[in-house]
Amino acid sequence: MAELVAILATTHHPFFYKTAQVLRDQPDQAPPFAAGWVRKVEAYRETLTRARPDILVMVGSDHFHQLWLDNMPQFLVGKAPFYDANYYNEEREFGLPRLLLKGHEELSAYILREGIDREFDLAFSNELRVDHSITCPIITVRPQNDLPVVPIYTNIFAPPLPRPERFVKLGRMLRELIDAWPSELRVAVIGTGHLSLELGGPRQFGPHGPDPEFDAQAVEWIANGDIDACLANVTLDSLHAPGNATHGFMDFMLMMGVAGYRKADYADNLDLFHTMEAYFTWYPNGVTQTGAGQIGDAA
Amino acid sequence: MSRYLLDKFLFTVDRDPDLVERYRDDPAGTVAWWESEEANRILGCHGGEASTWLKFTDAERDALARHDHVALFEMGAHPFLTLTLWIAMFERDHTEPLAMQLDYAAKLSQFSLPYPDITT
Repeated sequence: MAELVAILATTHHPFFYKTAQVLRDQPDQAPPFAAGWVRKVEAYRETLTRARPDILVMVGSDHFHQLWLDNMPQFLVGKAPFYDANYYNEEREFGLPRLLLKGHEELSAYILREGIDREFDLAFSNELRVDHSITCPIITVRPQNDLPVVPIYTNIFAPPLPRPERFVKLGRMLRELIDAWPSELRVAVIGTGHLSLELGGPRQFGPHGPDPEFDAQAVEWIANGDIDACLANVTLDSLHAPGNATHGFMDFMLMMGVAGYRKADYADNLDLFHTMEAYFTWYPNGVTQTGAGQIGDAA
Repeated sequence: MSRYLLDKFLFTVDRDPDLVERYRDDPAGTVAWWESEEANRILGCHGGEASTWLKFTDAERDALARHDHVALFEMGAHPFLTLTLWIAMFERDHTEPLAMQLDYAAKLSQFSLPYPDITT
């Protein structure tokens, strides 16, 4: 069977790419937080590298790029040999590069068939251009972009949304499917979302995330694998309070479903303007390599 | 109320560099043209299979024609779509980083939770 070698759950901050570029090319122009941010990301990248994955299952959310309100899937699996990536408005606003990712149609087809048979009516796409929710983690944790991917999109953006429980359940199902996949490949699942976040509202772009108290609580839930406490406190309605784009936290909850009731093997975060950045990794079969950070070590 | 159509306007303008400039320079004219020529286009269909029933209310047309992001927020236009397009159009008019975004937020300071519903 395939081996699930690492589970990564992290924020996706589209300004990282540009910040790292400025730090490299014009360090005197870089903002004061740039060097610390790059160090954190490089340390986080190592948590994936040491797991030596062959293939990446990547959970993200389209930001009104290809998926639109006339035909909006709740959960969608890409099934294509390639995925072009990033859009004009992401180049314009974030300076993100255009990329081409390789696909893995066999794993896509397996997840679709088995998922549908388990009563998750997954939508699919044979021609999907992915956006920064998928490419930000490529840039941060696999910048060589050398592995095939299976993109999985969730709707955290266009209500009516699936409830948080549904995200956790999808994560659990993905875990079961990958564990049972008849393959010798080493699989990593990487999912990105948000902690508290406000976009286009009165609380946007403050000196911290809009709700530091929520962020601290959320980091604790994720780091401790406390799915039950998270589910007991998070609803579609409650997620409006920390910030109007905080429903992206449900992608973290999906990843908690993949990881199960288990403390993260690596947990780190960074308080930036506008958001709290967070980085978590689990090794389902333990860490045989040396040097894995423990909770709090890297913070 | 046609919240969906507001979002469709913001979405289709934001993804087209020429339309971003056109809307910045001539908001009323762009809105009138778009409502007449583009509002009923089904994005995934052949042009001959357009819809027939989509139009703005007077208040919606007016908010778009005045670049009034506060009114759009109040009507429940998707805040991500509005913000992204406004950054494309107006960030260039500010010299300090994030000045445009902070000004945009300050103009929305009258709103408290719960914010206007954005469900379409």
